[in-house]
Amino acid sequence: MDFLSLFSIFVLSVFVGFYVVWGVTPALHSPLLAVTNAISSVIIVGGLIAAVASKGLIDFSSTMGLIAVLLASVNIFGGFMVAQRMLAMFKKKK
Amino acid sequence: MNTTIIGFAYLLSGVLFILALKGLSSPVSARKGNTYGMLGMTIAVATTLYGAGSGLELSSYTNIIIAVAIGGLFGSVLARKISMTALPQLVAAFHSLVGLAAVFVAIGAYKNPGAFFDGGIISTGSMIEMSLGLAIGAITFSGSVIAFAKLQGLVSGNPLVFKGQHLINLVIFLGILALIYMTAVDPMNATTEQYFWAIVGLSFFIGFLVVLPIGGADMPVVVSMLNSYSGWAACGIGFTLQNTALIITGALVGSSGAILSYIMCKGMNRSIVSVLLGGFGGDGDAAAAAAVGGPKGNVKQGSAEDASFIMSNAQKVIIVPGYGMAVSQAQHALREMCDILKEKGVEVRYAIHPVAGRMPGHMNVLLAEANVPYDEVFELEEINHEFATADVAFVIGANDVTNPLAKTDPQSPIYGMPILDVEKAATTLFLKRSMASGYAGVDNDLFFRDKTMMLLGDAKKTTEEIVQALNLS
Repeated sequence: MDFLSLFSIFVLSVFVGFYVVWGVTPALHSPLLAVTNAISSVIIVGGLIAAVASKGLIDFSSTMGLIAVLLASVNIFGGFMVAQRMLAMFKKKK
Repeated sequence: MNTTIIGFAYLLSGVLFILALKGLSSPVSARKGNTYGMLGMTIAVATTLYGAGSGLELSSYTNIIIAVAIGGLFGSVLARKISMTALPQLVAAFHSLVGLAAVFVAIGAYKNPGAFFDGGIISTGSMIEMSLGLAIGAITFSGSVIAFAKLQGLVSGNPLVFKGQHLINLVIFLGILALIYMTAVDPMNATTEQYFWAIVGLSFFIGFLVVLPIGGADMPVVVSMLNSYSGWAACGIGFTLQNTALIITGALVGSSGAILSYIMCKGMNRSIVSVLLGGFGGDGDAAAAAAVGGPKGNVKQGSAEDASFIMSNAQKVIIVPGYGMAVSQAQHALREMCDILKEKGVEVRYAIHPVAGRMPGHMNVLLAEANVPYDEVFELEEINHEFATADVAFVIGANDVTNPLAKTDPQSPIYGMPILDVEKAATTLFLKRSMASGYAGVDNDLFFRDKTMMLLGDAKKTTEEIVQALNLS
């Protein structure tokens, strides 16, 4: 994809993010941090590309990729689970 | 055909991430939103592996599965075991990992251009995007490490300021920009590699320098800001990989963190620039020691029995929690106290200041943990007018956010900060460790007013004593 298309996606996403996040209730700002943390770990795809590129051999680049995959995994699992844990605690009056 | 499917799949995961954030507009829809987020992540990972091609060796999968298993297990255990009081540290630690992952991806891509770029050639544009992602990722990492250390108490929460700090930061920052330019001139040249590593080193360094001077009480801004950085780092890498899922997500997270930073700054009436320049707001103890001069007036001290008597005869009590509640873990005792009051027919509500605690929404989570229903908890704008009709404002571990000087004294460092109008309640009860001033180092003249009663001591212990007194009455 050319730069302009990607940049258009970027700018529009910033706007979407802006409006969606203003809609988040302040009470859930902590879970918001946890969820954004988890989803920004989609950077794992970069790690995966580097990890598989060596066709199964362990070279420098694929090692970097695997480390990135490992770190991002901590975040993905940890972020979503801690968000889940927080959200489960928010209850209405009985 | 293949690329079309892959493109659609990445778009789908981007949309699911948007829905995940959208869900957080209410506690009712939030759990479903979280599920969308997980689904989006699964799709992104599956798509990447699918796109990696049919020539993929089995051992690649094995390596990846091992990496995911180790990371996932560690993350899951952490998420389950962590106490809710330690959440700010956990969030800071997670941010550092996103930053570090971005650094590793950038290094991996730089050292193996064949896997990432058409014809194995890194273009000038790609190099700029990658270097930006690399630099922001590294800053996110080291900044978050310091934020973690401060929140965990490994490093003093007091601002660390030295002479010429801002000049040094500026020089390093310009140096990083210059290096990014130098890598981009001729990305494939072997000499470029030294600039690449220099970016890594300098960015790690400036991340430390930027967060060190920022005090403990400004941590909500720092945590939000680092959240934002982690998003922009993901964006930079997304442009490099031409991956829409990464760009969309990075932009979402980037703007999310920026909005939170803005809300936190507004809650303190400070500009983001003044927070970043640092030097304000330690943990309170040092500032307090300096500020406690002579007596400013008469202080009325009360006992748990007094507090119990006043509150059981009240019609409406508004609870104002602050960081002190988190420190002493008083939320459970507090909820118990409020349950008894409610049984006695007292109307109980909670008022949350936007910057109470060490991260955005910190108090809400702690109250939720103690089973306080979220529809009894209100934000500043929603509840501030109600103090005038309240019989008791019960301030537990908060100080500066209630200080009327913020309205009346233009000389005060907290002037202009929105405050909770606890002074308007018929009686104000302050649960505090000591008479010390808050993080801003300003005395709260509410302490010396006639209708104020101070209950000095550990917030949890005092609350438990009130519970006992209430049970006896």
